[in-house]
Amino acid sequence: MNSIVNSIASDDLRTDLPAFKAGDRVTVHYKIKEGSKERIQQFQGDVIQRRNGGIDETFTVRKISNGIGVERIFPMHSPFIDKIEVNRKGRVRRARIFYLRTQIGKAARIKELRTR
Amino acid sequence: MNGIIGKKLGMTSIFNEDGKRLACTVVEAGPCVVTQVKTQDTDGYQAVQLAWGDKKDKHTSSAMKGHFAKSKITPKRVVMEFRDVDALPELGSVVDVNLFETGEYVSVVGKSKGKGFQGVVKRHGFAGVGESTHGQHNRLRAPGSIGACSFPGRVFKGMRMAGRTGGNRVKIQNLEVLKIDADRNLIVIKGAIPGYNGSTVIIER
Repeated sequence: MNSIVNSIASDDLRTDLPAFKAGDRVTVHYKIKEGSKERIQQFQGDVIQRRNGGIDETFTVRKISNGIGVERIFPMHSPFIDKIEVNRKGRVRRARIFYLRTQIGKAARIKELRTR
Repeated sequence: MNGIIGKKLGMTSIFNEDGKRLACTVVEAGPCVVTQVKTQDTDGYQAVQLAWGDKKDKHTSSAMKGHFAKSKITPKRVVMEFRDVDALPELGSVVDVNLFETGEYVSVVGKSKGKGFQGVVKRHGFAGVGESTHGQHNRLRAPGSIGACSFPGRVFKGMRMAGRTGGNRVKIQNLEVLKIDADRNLIVIKGAIPGYNGSTVIIER
């Protein structure tokens, strides 16, 4: 893409967010506006993909809520993201862990990445 | 002035103050130079001619070189006329992006992307044959009937059919100006505008 076009969006890019990959467990603190009130909602789960690049980047977080799989897509550079906590690094072999959707029980876990 | 000439650079998105992500197009516009002012007395109508985009001397005809010399500028690539101008500017004056303000609504004129020979579904938005089963066979995107039988005994003029699509002059109205960068001659417009990246567009009030 044109570098001038990229520079238009560069002001809106977030640099304060931590680095994370598919397979990591994160907690997204998301600002929610209800009328004039603003509150922060947390969404914790495993990142199953990061998509697109630059200002248009999004990531999908999957969690099991009351036995039902819930996925939520967040725009990476959205001003509504208050902060992202990386709770755990995962050891996965691919960038998109969609196979997680078909796994049940113990198989639906991601191993923790251990580094020396 | 009520318009400016520019080049579509490409699309991106920005977040507005409400935190909404808006798709937008970046246009490099101006600075344009007034190369001719047409008045009621001399030409029979009022118009302003603008020129934009540098071009090499050797690619310019002698006639155009003489025309540009009148306003004392180097040869320009695009020369266009704008009508319905309230206050006529002076010859040789410059029109730049400061013509517009952030939050203003503008129209953008461009040449749409050529799509080649297309069928009626893409070209005119026909719905096609509804179902692929129930005896239908390779007629999914067909136009259907194009007329009656022996009366009128012909196909009416203007019947929408397949053909060359795109590549027309298209004007899109009521596009919001999201941002103006006067240093780099850039205008950021909300939404999409006609044409491919690099094509010439006109932005007007």
